[in-house]
Amino acid sequence: MISLRVNGVKHAYAGEPDMPLLWYLRDILGLTGTKFGCGIGLCGACTVHRNGEAVRSCLTPMQAVTGVEITTIEGLGASGLHPVQKAWMDLGVPQCGYCQAGQIMQAAALLKQNAQPSDADIDQLMNGNICRCGTYQRIRAAIHAAARRNA
Amino acid sequence: MNSITNVSRRAFLQGMFSAGALVLSVPVWLRGAVLETDQMADAMPSSVADRAVLHPSVFLGIETDGTVYIIAARSEMGTGIATSLPRIVAEELDADWQRVKIRQGLGDSRYGNQDTDGSHSVRSFFDAMRVAGATARLMLVRAAAAQWGVPVSACETELHAVIYRSAAAHGDPAGPSRLEYGQLAAAAAKLAVPAREDVQLKPRSSWRYIGKDAKLYNLREIVTGQPLYGIDAKVPGMVFASVEHPPVLGADVASYDDKDALRVAGVNQTVKLNGFSGPGPGFQPLGGVAVIANSTWAAFQGRKKLRVQWGASTNTTYNSDSYRRDLEVTARQAGKVARNIGDVDAEFGKGGRIVEAGYYAPHLAHASMEPPVALADFRGGKMTIWAPTQDPQGLQEAVAQATGIEKTGVICHVTLLGGAFGRKSFPDFAVEAALLSKRLGKPVKVCWSREDDIKFDYYHAVAAMYMKAALDEQGKPTAWLQRSVFSPIGSTFDSKTVLGDEDELAMGWSTIPFDIPNLRVENGPARAHVRIGWLRSVANVYHAFGVQSFAAELANAAKQDPVEYLLALIGPPRVVDLKNVTQIPPGYGLDTGRLRRVVEVAAEQAEWHKHKSGAGFGIGIAGHWSFLTYVATVVQVEVNPKGDLTIQRVDTAVDAGTIVNPAFVRAQFEGAAVFGASLARSGEITATAGAIDQSNFQDYPVARINEAPRETHIHLIDSSAPPAGVGEPGVPPFAPALCNAIFAATGKRIRALPLSRHSLA
Repeated sequence: MISLRVNGVKHAYAGEPDMPLLWYLRDILGLTGTKFGCGIGLCGACTVHRNGEAVRSCLTPMQAVTGVEITTIEGLGASGLHPVQKAWMDLGVPQCGYCQAGQIMQAAALLKQNAQPSDADIDQLMNGNICRCGTYQRIRAAIHAAARRNA
Repeated sequence: MNSITNVSRRAFLQGMFSAGALVLSVPVWLRGAVLETDQMADAMPSSVADRAVLHPSVFLGIETDGTVYIIAARSEMGTGIATSLPRIVAEELDADWQRVKIRQGLGDSRYGNQDTDGSHSVRSFFDAMRVAGATARLMLVRAAAAQWGVPVSACETELHAVIYRSAAAHGDPAGPSRLEYGQLAAAAAKLAVPAREDVQLKPRSSWRYIGKDAKLYNLREIVTGQPLYGIDAKVPGMVFASVEHPPVLGADVASYDDKDALRVAGVNQTVKLNGFSGPGPGFQPLGGVAVIANSTWAAFQGRKKLRVQWGASTNTTYNSDSYRRDLEVTARQAGKVARNIGDVDAEFGKGGRIVEAGYYAPHLAHASMEPPVALADFRGGKMTIWAPTQDPQGLQEAVAQATGIEKTGVICHVTLLGGAFGRKSFPDFAVEAALLSKRLGKPVKVCWSREDDIKFDYYHAVAAMYMKAALDEQGKPTAWLQRSVFSPIGSTFDSKTVLGDEDELAMGWSTIPFDIPNLRVENGPARAHVRIGWLRSVANVYHAFGVQSFAAELANAAKQDPVEYLLALIGPPRVVDLKNVTQIPPGYGLDTGRLRRVVEVAAEQAEWHKHKSGAGFGIGIAGHWSFLTYVATVVQVEVNPKGDLTIQRVDTAVDAGTIVNPAFVRAQFEGAAVFGASLARSGEITATAGAIDQSNFQDYPVARINEAPRETHIHLIDSSAPPAGVGEPGVPPFAPALCNAIFAATGKRIRALPLSRHSLA
């Protein structure tokens, strides 16, 4: 039995220990905000926070999340919108929006480590997240905007 | 089509509508869905607008609390169309945008064409949306005027209310009379729908929404991870399916062994799916073996344990390297003439300076971030589908054909699309879900893996082009011959099709806008061996690459500035005669004055003449007309001595006529620069013995944040011309502008995409 917390709620999982967290979240818990994009950690659509750090849930097996606190996009703004979500709205970042949960989770983790990132920092920490609509310019601007809001 | 007069107004629906309150806990788009499922006694489910108290058009309904429901009948894949079209309705209705609720329409012919492709949603529905809003507004005004006993002409509207000011103007102490739309809805519903000729549209000068920035109506839901997409759809009792497709197009399952697959925890069973029949695959599934499981992951795992023997296919002869050589040979032979002016051969025969070049552009995959996915629920003889589809009516037809269910028994809920780019115009994946649900008698969700998406796409055509020009002493062409050879989209529907159709050729080829006395445009034959589909801007991608690269090559041969040379090629302002070339919608045309303007604006905004190319810096331009929109893009690059490319800046000038939402237009053209950067840098799908070589983002890379243009500036031309396309036309000029910039920086001329095949060092 694997016990973990997801967005502050305790859960127990008794299934296959190698099932990726992504599919546990989506198909079993019904938390579909976390998206499937590639299944091999190349696109970042499935990014969640594991004890506050950004991880790819498609590469995180359930056996690796015992006793862990997972935060998904649904739980990011537990008390209203997270500053990154606000910045995403202010700058109108999303087009189709599919990758944006992963982008937002990655950006939120980035800002926790580096409150005032440079363009180069953003390039380095966001280049694992693909946006096929091509919203990168607004993503970069929104991260700077969220950083200013925090400052 | 789009008629607003043939509305069946059913008085009892008011009661039915309030039933919606019973299911308010269901997530946003499922709210309607559950309601429809409960009410499937109707031949066709009604929409929230149909059920509203006042519903003068299939596109909108007004409740007594003042809530205005507007139906977004076309698919939202990131262009903002599900916000923009309702904004047009709200404009003419004089509605308060804060009190408008948007609901996605089902697949339903009452909405007219719903096939969301070809960048024509605003163009085709601009007038219909205006009339829908203005008709409702007139009914509300008539209801208010009757209530007050004053002439309709004395009443006006202002943000969700009808006002009669004359009383106050005459010193009436009661002041102006005012009735909210919600207060008028019931009375207005008793009136006849006004005739079109009685409906007046607002003058442009009083627009409050059209031409102003607005946010996506569901922006907050998107950034908070609400279940909006096809992949998020769920109904109780559903099972998950993943399909092992034939590696080569046209191969069927000869036999298979599922013993080990069935041992995988969570796998329930396997189902064999037949391959397509008829002259081509069309909208039909590819066939294969479906693994049914209790989670997507278990279905994926089960597939890995399947052992399938595939039958033969004639397409095993397909090898991209030799195919390319064949295309290039064909491009050097006479083809079918698509447009002819003067006598190219006579002019070439005179000798003089001849320049020739060949260009090549490979297959591309769409790779939308949400892979093909659909949920189908067969019960009570009806099939309900939830799918991220660009073409719900086409989906209904394809499902009906495959399952034998009447089209009216196929209910298609259009979810938000997690990207599409043309891929989701094809409903094959939803047909898979429907066939499986019918077979198993339970709801089935089919989810394609990324590998499935890359290996079994409807690919962008592979193309070779041959260009030849004769230059006069001033360096201007006196004759121009161009021939393109590509695997046509028609082959998907009839595998014998080898030539492009009029539309494919009109995409930047037969519509070449240059002022040249002798011009011939040709197309040669190519047989396809994979499914070919529409990909964002379609044949414009390779045609613009050929034409705009060659234009820059000629400028170089003539030792002239590329911008000045391009303007000279375009020639004086005029409307290009395309009578015998393609059908242009009334009110539109290829106006070289507008094309010149975007070239000039893009160059000016990029400060073209201040830049000096060379020593690793380069600037390049391309201008292209597609989807009735004029676009010019200037790209600035740096190439370091190791050959690493940085796209420093992009300036794109756009004349798309009347613009509904400038913020979305900018977003589309910013995104198009990234899409263009992806295909130019690394976009290439190849086949070996008929099977696709690529599988995921490691071998089909798309641009990441550090590879995309560093900054993109969009310059919108203010225009009151009728609205033109926005979603696609930003893509075509990007790759040639980039390659022209690379030439300026390095002296290397890229004649075959993608750049990953070349060293820039």
